[in-house]
Amino acid sequence: MEILKIIFYTFSLISTLSALQVILSKNPVKAVLSLVLCFFSTAILWMLCESEFLSIVLILVYVGAVMVLFLFVVMMLDIKTSSIKEGFIKYFPLGISVAFLLVFGIVYSITYNTIISCKTFSAYPENYNNVKMLGEMLFTEYLYPFELSGIILLVAMIAAISLTFRGSQKRKHQDVSDQIKVKAKDRIKLIDIKENE
Amino acid sequence: MIAISNYLTFSAMLFGISVAGIFINRKNLIVLLMCIELMLLSINTNFVIFSRSLIDVSGQIFVFFILTVAAAEAAIGLAILVILFRKLNDINTSEINKLKG
Repeated sequence: MEILKIIFYTFSLISTLSALQVILSKNPVKAVLSLVLCFFSTAILWMLCESEFLSIVLILVYVGAVMVLFLFVVMMLDIKTSSIKEGFIKYFPLGISVAFLLVFGIVYSITYNTIISCKTFSAYPENYNNVKMLGEMLFTEYLYPFELSGIILLVAMIAAISLTFRGSQKRKHQDVSDQIKVKAKDRIKLIDIKENE
Repeated sequence: MIAISNYLTFSAMLFGISVAGIFINRKNLIVLLMCIELMLLSINTNFVIFSRSLIDVSGQIFVFFILTVAAAEAAIGLAILVILFRKLNDINTSEINKLKG
């Protein structure tokens, strides 16, 4: 019983501190690595809620693919930290106060309501299988949204490629608009050559 | 066992940190994207907690879809970041209107 509390407080502390590191660090690479740590410790908290499938998906798909993409882009770009840090001090008090008000409001409303605040998780029924339940729901009731999410990924892939694709550099190809625009004087240049020269 | 309010407080703190991050890093496009990821993570945590407490797996399916949309958003956001950097050699959000046209 107590070991669960120790795990919960340890990993929520790690997650919160690494989230702070994400927003405060000057080096973007360090920020991405802290974000990976934050996701990892949050995945452990999800595991503590007995949602095993999603916690493993968060680590494998999110940390393994999306965060690596972030890291890849951040390392590829040579970012000057001087210009992007302007306004950091200026907006610091505003940001902190807005966040504090937000967190205070949410936490107050959570703890005010004693029905929510004292409740712990009730036990799952016998032979409950999280992955099996999720799969059954996903492929029956939520089949149509599931297919739509596949289309969203396809659209994202096409958008990302078409945004960054600059065309092949070596391939020889016709440019039709250039061919139409061409005038006779671009094709041939007549030069008068004097006889004496 | 851990009370639900502890989990909810944790996720509220994560959300607040990411809101503060959006305020103080408003020039840095990469950290803005990362703050959005953090926000989505805290929302997903809320979904997981309530799904567990109500013993209803629909919440976890929503987390699944949010993860999908977040991955798509990250891919497109990073593509925009790359073309911004290619054009300006910088990622300052105040010059992002240079991408117009």
